[in-house]
Amino acid sequence: MRKQFDRYPALHGVSLDIRSGELIALLGPSGSGKTTLLRLIAGLEWPTTGSIFFGGDDASGMDVQERNVGFVFQSYALFKHMTVADNIGFGLRVRPRSSRPPTAEIRRRASALLDLVQLSGLENRFPAQLSGGQRQRVALARALAIEPRVLLLDEPFGALDAKVRRELRQWLRELHDKTGHTTVFVTHDQEEALELADRVVVMSQGRIEQVGTPDEIYDRPNSPFVFSFIGEASELPVTVANGRVSIDGQAIDLGAAGAADGPARLLMRPNGIDVVDERPGTIAGDVVAVRRSGGWRRVELLIGAGRHRVEVELPIDGAQALSERLHILPRHWQLYPSEAS
Amino acid sequence: MQSEGRHHTVAPATSESTPMRGTLIAIALIFFALFLLLPLVLVFTEALRAGLPGFIKAINEPDALAAIRLTLLVAAISVPANMVFGIAAAWAIAKYEFKGKSFVITLIDLPFSVSPVIAGLVYVLLFGAQGYFGGWLSNHNIEIIFALPGIVLATMFVTFPFVARELIPLMQEQGTGDEEAALSLGASGFKTFLYVTLPNVKWALLYGVLLCNARAMGEFGAVAVVSGKIRGFTNTMPLHVEILYNEYAFTAAFAVASLLAMLALLTLAVKALLEWRYGDQSAAGSGRH
Repeated sequence: MRKQFDRYPALHGVSLDIRSGELIALLGPSGSGKTTLLRLIAGLEWPTTGSIFFGGDDASGMDVQERNVGFVFQSYALFKHMTVADNIGFGLRVRPRSSRPPTAEIRRRASALLDLVQLSGLENRFPAQLSGGQRQRVALARALAIEPRVLLLDEPFGALDAKVRRELRQWLRELHDKTGHTTVFVTHDQEEALELADRVVVMSQGRIEQVGTPDEIYDRPNSPFVFSFIGEASELPVTVANGRVSIDGQAIDLGAAGAADGPARLLMRPNGIDVVDERPGTIAGDVVAVRRSGGWRRVELLIGAGRHRVEVELPIDGAQALSERLHILPRHWQLYPSEAS
Repeated sequence: MQSEGRHHTVAPATSESTPMRGTLIAIALIFFALFLLLPLVLVFTEALRAGLPGFIKAINEPDALAAIRLTLLVAAISVPANMVFGIAAAWAIAKYEFKGKSFVITLIDLPFSVSPVIAGLVYVLLFGAQGYFGGWLSNHNIEIIFALPGIVLATMFVTFPFVARELIPLMQEQGTGDEEAALSLGASGFKTFLYVTLPNVKWALLYGVLLCNARAMGEFGAVAVVSGKIRGFTNTMPLHVEILYNEYAFTAAFAVASLLAMLALLTLAVKALLEWRYGDQSAAGSGRH
């Protein structure tokens, strides 16, 4: 499957390949164009230029009815005057007479789908009588009923509380493995994207920043934006010269062979920093705050003449005496040239 | 002290004293009785002054029957027409973005703010014998003013906003999510409208149609200007009442008026029933979302 878009200003020259059977996440902050991209795939919006392919077929000229996509809306958009069974069977009932299954068959398929989404026995309820998580699953069953070529989910868990969210996430992954539908979902929750998706598409300001597996995205973000969007990040302005990194003229023990000379941005994560003994090549910082965060201790440091804030996560039972001055060395880090924003 | 304290906690948020409250309620009730209830009762007592036979005689008279028939005919044409227009306008305004949308919304309210007499006069100016299209119309033997088309046009103008005004806020609130869902499931535009949009607005639509109908049957001013008040031909019920009254045929006037009043009461009853159902449904819909 291949899609190309060029849409201004919501999307600028976006091009994306989605493989058949893949579970893919469109991840980005609000306004990044991820929902627009999803609606373009569905045919609910039209690209200004560019085209969309489903397999070898050019779907650009097809309207939403012909594309045969299963779209699950953020607000579920269940038909509230219809029962759960009627909602699920809707896509089959509105087919032209020639391709419409008989009523009993529609009824049977609705029941089977309800079993699949683990809501057996709720056929005759109305949407208002269901919980948020149940409505979400009915919406999914309704989208699956038309045997779509692609399943598109817009912030599928956005309106649910954290616990239900976690359960549904796992359940959706299992469902995907069972049914094998090509699935694209939109989310602004990086944890959700990393946990659920085969591949993650990180978007920002109408552009695709990076496409990759969760590991690639988390371990090798290709830009400071992706680095800090995908997880917590601290940043230090450093200088690179001859493969050596230094801050305020003090060399840091980081091998940066191949990095371009000049000013650079050093990004690291709170859980990717070690506290070390004082020695040359480490970064010294003043402790300004210590907080307890779950099973971890969060230490806030101010570093160098620029008083740059860096957060470090330490084990709670660590015997380290937290003196007023600590020396740190990042274990996982990325260097980006300063020009790139 | 304790009883005083307890008294304070039960006192309602509004701080009027008991005599003040009593006075306010009394004034409201007296006004209600004097201006709403008394006239209604009077219409029926006057209508039945000559007894039931007199009442029936006054109604069962060719001119009165013609007026009733015309009123029903006008309502039967203008109400469905305005229903179609109202749905179309509400759909366009609620589901699409276009330039001049707020102007259109304001324009829909125009019949509410313009005096019906002016509406009637505009039609006379356009289609009357001396009007802009008058010559062309008479050459083609088309009668609009002082005939049924004029009455229907004037009624439609006056009842223009009722359906649209009921539907627009509801449809705007509902957004396009349900329609998009139906389309993505493969439903055609027409089936989406029939199975999704219409059921979502059915109570509001009924309510609007009811109000539209009440006004269509009761309209006086605009119709008076364009009808020419030809007895037995272009007299609607309200016009017929006025003519009878001017001829001092009080019993007959009130008999016809009582029919209109009964129609109004029936409308109110159905409206109350709808409000009860409709309110119930919308509460269930939004309350648990």
